[in-house]
Amino acid sequence: MASRTEAILTRKGEIMKRALGMDYSEFERSPIAFDYEGMMAAHGYSLDQITAIQAAAGVGSTPLLELHNLTDLVRSYAEPGKGARMFVKDECANMAGSFKDRRASMSIHAAKAKGYAGVIAATSGNYGAAVSSQAARASLACIICQEAFDSRHVGQPEIIEKSRICEAFGAEVIQMTVGPELFSHMLELLDETGYFAASLYSTYGISGIETLGAEVAREIAALTGAPPTAVVITHAGGGNTTGTARGLRRAGATTTEVVSASVDLSGLHMASDTDFNRKSFTTGHTGFGVPFATWPDRADVPRNAARALRYMDRYLTVTQGEVFYVTEAMAKLEGLERGPSGNTAMAAAISIARDLPRDATVVVQETEYTGAGKHHWAQLNFARANGVEVRLGDPTESVPGRSIVIPERPEQIHAVEMDLGKLRHSYVRNALQHAGDGYDPTAEDITFLAADTNSTPEAVEQIVAGLREG
Amino acid sequence: MAETIRCASGDWVEVRYVLLEPADRAANLPADTAAQPLLVWIKGFARQAAAVGEELAIETTTGRIVTGVLTDVNPGYSHTFGRPAPELTHVGRDLRARLAAHRASDAVTPAAKAGE
Repeated sequence: MASRTEAILTRKGEIMKRALGMDYSEFERSPIAFDYEGMMAAHGYSLDQITAIQAAAGVGSTPLLELHNLTDLVRSYAEPGKGARMFVKDECANMAGSFKDRRASMSIHAAKAKGYAGVIAATSGNYGAAVSSQAARASLACIICQEAFDSRHVGQPEIIEKSRICEAFGAEVIQMTVGPELFSHMLELLDETGYFAASLYSTYGISGIETLGAEVAREIAALTGAPPTAVVITHAGGGNTTGTARGLRRAGATTTEVVSASVDLSGLHMASDTDFNRKSFTTGHTGFGVPFATWPDRADVPRNAARALRYMDRYLTVTQGEVFYVTEAMAKLEGLERGPSGNTAMAAAISIARDLPRDATVVVQETEYTGAGKHHWAQLNFARANGVEVRLGDPTESVPGRSIVIPERPEQIHAVEMDLGKLRHSYVRNALQHAGDGYDPTAEDITFLAADTNSTPEAVEQIVAGLREG
Repeated sequence: MAETIRCASGDWVEVRYVLLEPADRAANLPADTAAQPLLVWIKGFARQAAAVGEELAIETTTGRIVTGVLTDVNPGYSHTFGRPAPELTHVGRDLRARLAAHRASDAVTPAAKAGE
């Protein structure tokens, strides 16, 4: 007999089609390829229309701040002539305190326009706060499913804060113990309520982030006369990288290097009850960043609109200790007391700004709110309480889940380059696996895979041939 | 002995229920997770009076009726900032001093002093 989880998953296609109000099958081209741009354009909203929808929702047009003190600090130890100008887009100024409001505002607009009575999202992050806030403004009912506790009922303090803020905005919060069945339960609730699936990975949500990339491109061009040299983006499920990069391109910043950054949590299992509270970052880490880059269609929608590998020019990792150090430094040097998400990209930005010329510009495109639970002190106290060693030293010595090593000096901040070739290889292998045994990729499939991995048809052919031999 | 906490009908409460027993959980879970039931905590208005540990039905904010074991009445939040991490208390002082020293040094060009 099929388990309850298996039973609901067999109905995923039917439930999601109703809950998204969109038939993804019309974009499918083969067991591998689909019409990505056609899917992204299907909602019919132009960038200007999205900007207007967001302005009415209290979202967007956030301050772009130049970080003079941080820039000079980096120049104090960079080689002569080096040390790029650093900027941050203060996305904390959005309604619910993060760039996720850009995603939620479009999902909620779509839900309202299509006549749904409510929305449901499965998220333990800022997106829950954003959906809850926007749903309240739109007079829609809202359910947020969160992975909040381990089996001892011990909650990650950052997620407990997310529970609180969602409930503050009037959402019904379903706090669950660790496990991927969060998503099957979301399907059950969508089926029970008939609400809209405010997925993080829908075309609405990702299109909503394009305004952020476009704002960065225009604001930097207005200040310096040139597009940003690099934009550094905290990466988890891929939406932040995808939407920002698409917006940069739309606003003409075609030469800007798109740099994704995640906290290194290698070695920790994301579905493990015991590992759950041994990590000090609940998102923006490699535990989401790598699997979503190498197989985006693991998401809750038939085809993920967030496809980070399409857009990233570099993928950097930083350690938990480096991000905590940078979080403290940003408060003390720049008067910006913000949460871990944007400061993950900030740690990577500090690392790359050191090697760029002084006239280069490096932009971190988000901040998020902080507060009780989310704050870096709270996270470090929680790590200690859960048996993780916290000490000063060389951050390269840290072991995720066992130790957090805080740098003693800013020179010790060194982002590590992830090999994009390996990620592309994994992606192609996953695509072939999902296409089924014996499926032979067509020329159209190869073209699609090249675009989806920001690579060339020749490089994809080579990977396919290598996998066939292997 | 601690007094038993009770709710009246209409009180804002929290209940817990088992969503999935270990046998009903997804395949391919790590062993530590697979051994545990999947539990849910949810808040709403009590539909009847009950004591902590007793089963009752609640009405959630979306109007759904959910049954579970009463775990808390007028549940709050206790997450905090906590004490500062000793590994970070020196960061502001040290970096401000470095910045001041750098700006006072000859290494800084007039353009950089003006903030470019």
